[in-house]
Amino acid sequence: MSNDVDGTTARYLRGKYAIVGVGETSYRRGSNETTRNLATWAVTNALADAGLEPGDVDGMLSYSGNDSTFSTFVAGDVGIRLNFYMDCFGGGSSTEALIGIAIGVIEAGMCSTVAIFRSMNGFTQVRIGGTGARAAAPIGGDALHGRAYGWQSAGQMFAPAFMRHMYDYGTTPEQVAHVKVAHSKHASNNPKAFYRERVSVEDVVSSRLICKPLHLLDCCVETDNATCVIVTRAERAKDLRQPLVSIRSVVGRCTKPRADMHYQHGPISTVAGHYAREILWPNAGVGPDEIDVTGSYDAFTFTTMLQLEDYGFCAKGEGGEYVSSGIIELGGARPNNTSGGHLCEGYTHGMNMVIENVRQLRGDVDDSCPVGADGRRQHTYDYSEGGCRQVRDAELTANLGWATPATGSAMVMQKGEV
Amino acid sequence: MPVTGEYLGMSLSIDDTDKENLAYFGYCAAGEFRLQRGRRTGLLRYPPTTACPWTGDRDYDWVPVEGRGEVHSYAEVHHAIQPAFRAFTPYLVLLVDLDTQKGEPTEHEALRVMGNLVDPDGRLAAPDVVRSVGIGSRVRMVFTPVADGLAIPNWTLDETATQPEQPWRYPQE
Repeated sequence: MSNDVDGTTARYLRGKYAIVGVGETSYRRGSNETTRNLATWAVTNALADAGLEPGDVDGMLSYSGNDSTFSTFVAGDVGIRLNFYMDCFGGGSSTEALIGIAIGVIEAGMCSTVAIFRSMNGFTQVRIGGTGARAAAPIGGDALHGRAYGWQSAGQMFAPAFMRHMYDYGTTPEQVAHVKVAHSKHASNNPKAFYRERVSVEDVVSSRLICKPLHLLDCCVETDNATCVIVTRAERAKDLRQPLVSIRSVVGRCTKPRADMHYQHGPISTVAGHYAREILWPNAGVGPDEIDVTGSYDAFTFTTMLQLEDYGFCAKGEGGEYVSSGIIELGGARPNNTSGGHLCEGYTHGMNMVIENVRQLRGDVDDSCPVGADGRRQHTYDYSEGGCRQVRDAELTANLGWATPATGSAMVMQKGEV
Repeated sequence: MPVTGEYLGMSLSIDDTDKENLAYFGYCAAGEFRLQRGRRTGLLRYPPTTACPWTGDRDYDWVPVEGRGEVHSYAEVHHAIQPAFRAFTPYLVLLVDLDTQKGEPTEHEALRVMGNLVDPDGRLAAPDVVRSVGIGSRVRMVFTPVADGLAIPNWTLDETATQPEQPWRYPQE
């Protein structure tokens, strides 16, 4: 695919904003903590990572599906007085969208530095797979057209899009299983990942069926955790603790037509990235060929594949070949979700993929390589099990967030000043 | 008046302000499949909405529509998360292109109506029937009664139609 984008004229706020701090809790099942305490833990880690004091942050954003704490509690706990906050409704695709909102409110003069968090007990409280209280909830009104058919969980609702891609393009379960294979390889080099065992294509396609075409190992993990990223002006970022990571472009919750019941508008094997890319690449001034690392959302293996395809990393219909070619693995031309992502590291509704790409661009992912005198890891670029997961010379990353086949968000980040 | 009922162990309800869904499911309870037709465009729409998705026109009429079509795609659920569905796994959730208005107003649009694959009497289909249905299968609508003013539209194999020799099925059974 040609990179037919305008890289010469700065568009919108290209390069004017940065992610200056990232932090998370452990990824586990059974946090034994409130979402308030988890959020405080993640925000504290992100402040320390950035070299910021609580008084340096005056904005806060969070997102949840009625399963979390609120900005006012967390800000109060850590000693932040807010000039702006908002707790948004939503799950996947929120990360990049809220980063865009943070840029907007800072640009409007409403505050200067925004901490964005997502805190969830996705295994022990409100299970993101939808079992338990969510499955037992009464069904009213518009939900009668879906949940009354036993069509409720994310996997069940996305399955018609995934199946139709196989029908339209001949995509095979074995091709798509390579997404899990790649992400499990990456997670094996991530000491904080929940699942660190490498798996094979055979392991994926022989695991039990959940909802065709999804086997157990095509589905992400459910975990308890909180995550945080801190956004401020690039000018200000230069004085902070970490190497500069600039934001070139952001797209937030871009939809297909008929977001109310998106299958009305086909092709149903095409996802929101088909529309979002028309904003992402021109605003970034780069195209898919120039990206070194991707963070394509992996609630399911198929999600990763469909987005890489519709954002133009390969031709339409060739997503199965792309993800099974070795390109998306560490050591390949453009690794995806080098932390292990949602399939292996932990489920965060998109945050951990942004955190990972920030660390990649700093050249400082937290693998098992030895730490040098400067406090940074001395990366070996040996990707064998238990080894390195730093991508050599990572300059540009793309995050592709997903809520449903019909809603997506995205972001391009760059190492250093734009 | 609001409508409430129990279906497969689930508590279903339609609020008395929800005029669109009260009308839609009320017609289903009377054995009729009706959709809203926008007055400005003459286009039918699914599911019920408060205005025309193509023009925003809030005026419409409920018109009878033939409940026949072809499976466009499907989910085959092996791990049910709603307790009452566990007894019926694997079950099919079908996305059906109605014959009416298919390919309108643009090529890739259709009235794609959800429903479970059921027996002609409206009960979730047995595993051998599930294994015979895939993309391209011809189906007709049947109604599964729930309560006064509420029946759930579902799909059963159309005995009068010519079925594809081999509908497309996910390769692993």
